Amino acid sequence: MDVLTEIGDALGNLDDLPRIGLALALVAVAGLISRWQQADLEKDLLTSSVRAFIQLIAVGYVLELVFNQDNPLWTTVLLLVMIAIAARTSGRRGKQTPGATWVALVSIGVGSVLTLAVLVIAGVFDYVPDAIIPIGGMIIGNAMTTASQVMNRMSDDLLDSRNQIESMLALGATSRQASLVQFRRALRNAMIPHIDTTKTVGLIKLPGAMTGMILAGASPLQAVQLQLIVMYMLVGAVTFTGLIAAYLTYRVFFTGAHQLKALRPAPDAG
Amino acid sequence: MAVMEVRHLSLSRGGSPVLHDVSLAIEKGEVFMMIGPSGSGKSSLLRCLNRLEEPPPGSVFLNGTDITTRPVTEVRCRVGMVFQQVAMFPGTVAENVAFGPAVRGETLPPERVRELLDMVTLSPDLAEKSARELSGGQAQRVAIARALANDPAVLLLDEPTSALDPIATHAVEETLLGLRERIGLTLVWVSHIVEQARRVGDRVLLLDGGRVVRVDRAEAMLDPEQGDERVLAFANGDESGMQARGRQTEEDDRGRAD
Repeated sequence: MDVLTEIGDALGNLDDLPRIGLALALVAVAGLISRWQQADLEKDLLTSSVRAFIQLIAVGYVLELVFNQDNPLWTTVLLLVMIAIAARTSGRRGKQTPGATWVALVSIGVGSVLTLAVLVIAGVFDYVPDAIIPIGGMIIGNAMTTASQVMNRMSDDLLDSRNQIESMLALGATSRQASLVQFRRALRNAMIPHIDTTKTVGLIKLPGAMTGMILAGASPLQAVQLQLIVMYMLVGAVTFTGLIAAYLTYRVFFTGAHQLKALRPAPDAG
Repeated sequence: MAVMEVRHLSLSRGGSPVLHDVSLAIEKGEVFMMIGPSGSGKSSLLRCLNRLEEPPPGSVFLNGTDITTRPVTEVRCRVGMVFQQVAMFPGTVAENVAFGPAVRGETLPPERVRELLDMVTLSPDLAEKSARELSGGQAQRVAIARALANDPAVLLLDEPTSALDPIATHAVEETLLGLRERIGLTLVWVSHIVEQARRVGDRVLLLDGGRVVRVDRAEAMLDPEQGDERVLAFANGDESGMQARGRQTEEDDRGRAD
């Protein structure tokens, strides 16, 4: 199908603009209150609202395009772009880790692709854009947060524990043995929010996927089943990503001869 | 034959030189002191001896063998190290002492733990105490016992007493000298206190700007009357004078090279 016709069709679908406008009125009210109370938030509110509008509408068009093409190649390209953006974002967060973007790219990429592959091969979802793109988005988004958390926690922890780690190395421990505590802590720190959410799901708040399905008219029971799939797959994805990120971060900080690299000046350079 | 030998060791970090053509030989059972102003490279030199920093191949030898040709974990068992800031690991004193054998999958018998504690003049009753409850001086002696559990030939000491009060300093010095007497342990000791070098050292190496200024017997080098003026300037706390003289030496070297 002709791309231009498609865009034309899609433009015709912007029939919810009045409702968006009404929702935007809430932001305007918030802005007025901010001005009245001199909270100085009006400018941020305005720019973030405009940005969200443009960003989401643009994404909407891209998705519309890819969904209508229904071509596995386009779906894959879109997934790869999402992974690349996630890696860049996460890489910027983990500045202390040398080569953070690569650590993020490999851990998010492998973690997400592995999880998606299991879901598709097991037949939970078909490899069609309207399933794979939103599911992939959730997986990649969570993997991104996990990668950032693991890299940050572990690099901080390794540098702060330099004394203890070098004491262990000096006693003949391997770098793996000397950094096991930091490895475990970084992984636990990133996993615990997911485990806790999994424990209390539905009791405290209805998760996003379920809320979306119910709003879109699905029955609560259908929504619950999808939510369970989503939750299990996210636990899987963050575990894969967290493990890979922790392993790669550890590799970045040690040499092959079990030396902790001097990435921050040693306390005594004497 | 020397226990440890350093041959023409040069090292740079991030493009800037840290050690420049350092050569020395450490004899079995001696207390070899390394002194010098901060930034002189003495800690880096020490860390090359157990490969916490990587020396170039063919520059550091243990009993005649290039240490970069041996598995690094094995080198670190033969060449133990005690740090300025003691890091006690979580767990009991006994678990700390047994750490080295434990990472190799061996169990250190309780009687050996008690024997090691006795060797560092600690009461063997401390074995079951939590290691994090020890005083600074006790912890430093546990750290020494922990290194001894690997049966090292050489013990590297990176300013082991500089975080301790005078009484604990004295106790740790006595403990270390006792080990030399008792098991013939070789000590390579970095210090920034000339007085300490005079008190415990057999030979002293003075390092400045990553270069060996002089290696000699402690008495000859540190004698207030006939000692080395560069060392004595440093001993009197005149680090800037020391560094100025160091630079002078460097310029002389360059002059000769030209």
